[in-house]
Amino acid sequence: MAAAASVPVPRGPAAESPVSKATPVSKAVRRDWAVGYTMVAPVVLGALAFVVLPLGMVVWYSLHEWNVLAGTFTFAGTANYERLLADPGLADSLLASLWFSIGLVVLNITLALLLAVLLDQKLPGTTTFRTFFFSPVVVSLVAWTIVWSFLLQADGGINGFLSTLGLEGPNWLRHETTAMLSVIVVQVFKNVGLNMILFLAALQGVPVELQEAARLDGAGAWRRFRSITLPMISPTILLVSIITIVGSLEVFAQIDVLTGGGPGNSTTVLVYYLYQQAFRFNEFGYASAIAVLLFVIVLVLTLLQWQSRKRWVFHEV
Amino acid sequence: MKSEVMPPAGGNHPGAERSGGRPGAERPGATAPGAQNEPSMILGGPRQDRPPPDRPHVSRAGLRARRRWARGSLIALLLLLSIPFVFPTWWMATSSLKPMSEILQAVPTVWPQDPTFEAYGQVFALQPFAQQYWNSLYIAAVVTIGTMLVAAMAGYAFARIRFPGANALFVLVLAGLLVPSEVTIVPLFRIVNSLGLIDTHWPLIVIPVLGAPAVLAVFIMRQFFLALPVELEEAGRMDGLGRWGIFWRIALPLSRSALGAVAIFTFLKSWNLYLEPIVYLSSKDNFTLPQALTQYVDAYGGPMWNVQLAATTLTVLPVLAVFLVAQRQFVQGLAHTGLKG
Repeated sequence: MAAAASVPVPRGPAAESPVSKATPVSKAVRRDWAVGYTMVAPVVLGALAFVVLPLGMVVWYSLHEWNVLAGTFTFAGTANYERLLADPGLADSLLASLWFSIGLVVLNITLALLLAVLLDQKLPGTTTFRTFFFSPVVVSLVAWTIVWSFLLQADGGINGFLSTLGLEGPNWLRHETTAMLSVIVVQVFKNVGLNMILFLAALQGVPVELQEAARLDGAGAWRRFRSITLPMISPTILLVSIITIVGSLEVFAQIDVLTGGGPGNSTTVLVYYLYQQAFRFNEFGYASAIAVLLFVIVLVLTLLQWQSRKRWVFHEV
Repeated sequence: MKSEVMPPAGGNHPGAERSGGRPGAERPGATAPGAQNEPSMILGGPRQDRPPPDRPHVSRAGLRARRRWARGSLIALLLLLSIPFVFPTWWMATSSLKPMSEILQAVPTVWPQDPTFEAYGQVFALQPFAQQYWNSLYIAAVVTIGTMLVAAMAGYAFARIRFPGANALFVLVLAGLLVPSEVTIVPLFRIVNSLGLIDTHWPLIVIPVLGAPAVLAVFIMRQFFLALPVELEEAGRMDGLGRWGIFWRIALPLSRSALGAVAIFTFLKSWNLYLEPIVYLSSKDNFTLPQALTQYVDAYGGPMWNVQLAATTLTVLPVLAVFLVAQRQFVQGLAHTGLKG
């Protein structure tokens, strides 16, 4: 009730005006409003305190030269943003993020679709396989990453297995290309099960009659998949892509545990770079400018995807 | 015409090529193989790319054999694909039973030669692991219950109560979806610091329940309540229930499925939290599991693999066990949620 009282009711005075006499706001309705305000108060206040306020603060910080250790906090205008443009470390981290996101989305969506289509065949043991593919989703992220880190060591399980085949595997986490590949693959196996389930649900929603009709018209399996199934599940593909891309920008734990951003800075993605600047080098002002950049990227990506929604989504759910 | 559309399938079976082009006249003869094709259509698979018409030169047994072969190869493919999903967990559990000397062998052993629980003893000796386990567990539980409550209330109000400014407030809340937690970590750290709450669990509980991480839960609950027929509430109103009564006694109990989904993904999210704990927490007694797992290193900073894997096993197996028991709820809940979102 306290929260409700503190929120102004804009339509309150209007109720007395002659225009809205036809629909006077009764006491009961006002009481209902009060309940509404009370119910949303926690999340609204939370959004103000933990989203809007910090967002404003991060923009404010980004305009300052701020080193926590040195104790300096001076207004610097756009200096941090100029530094962004000139910083080769930032360019590298943007590139690393780009590679990571592309690799992750392509591999993840492809594998998720493949697994979903396979599981949709109603073969014996489908439930067991579904459990297998989904199980990493519930495994703690850091735990999963540690196990893979163990497997990917130079003398780890994967290279041990390769050596029994007479092959010599690389030191996966210590070469630039294989390190990035490792981070992507570990992440794909961790979460592809979730996307697989979403695709599977979508596949099962494709009307059997449509498939049947196309089959009678002589369309082969691939043709039916491309011309019927794929367009029918395109909203799900879009949704899953959005989740996966935005999620891929936030990868942190895997990088920290697997490679620590290395070798060199080949796997230092944007978020990891931000973390390093803020909590290793105590450059809070510069880190805030990176955070603003990250926010803009997420915003633009989301808007772009909303825009493209109409163009390549065949039908809305 | 059929054989034209499908050269690959037709080309594989010359018999089909010959008979496929004839319409109508073949129909009576086509019923038997056609009927046989019927289940295959439901079962799907590459069998589908065979044309429906009869194939005089391919015997029933041959068809069945081919079907079995296709089926077998699909299952083999699934088994192969399962390896990277299942093997790491197996490798984790078995390696945790190996002494360090066996782990460092050039050729890894699939099964520990001399299983020992020594590493498990060290897990608890080197760190307050039980305390850290409890920290993760209780934080995840409190965050889950808090999020369910807060999201259900907000979701209900946004879906059902037409109070002035509801849309604007909903958009304000929804904006949280656009803000990754990494964007606000620096100012949040400053806020937490100025409140003197560094190295406490408060930021790990309050921010997820009220801040950006809860927004998805609010959205899911709102979508659920929008789809819930209003008539269900009318009865309650007839009985003289107020808004709160309707919410608690009618709407909330009906939303069990949506709440279940919210509970599962909120718990997993909190259980997995990594960046926030390493930013906010500094003493080992306060650590959460993901953070603690990385701390089993020797004097040179190299990981003590068997101890790390033992701790990891202890972290993973209980959740995995719960998942195996309740996997229907897990999978369906998350799938449902995802599609609605």
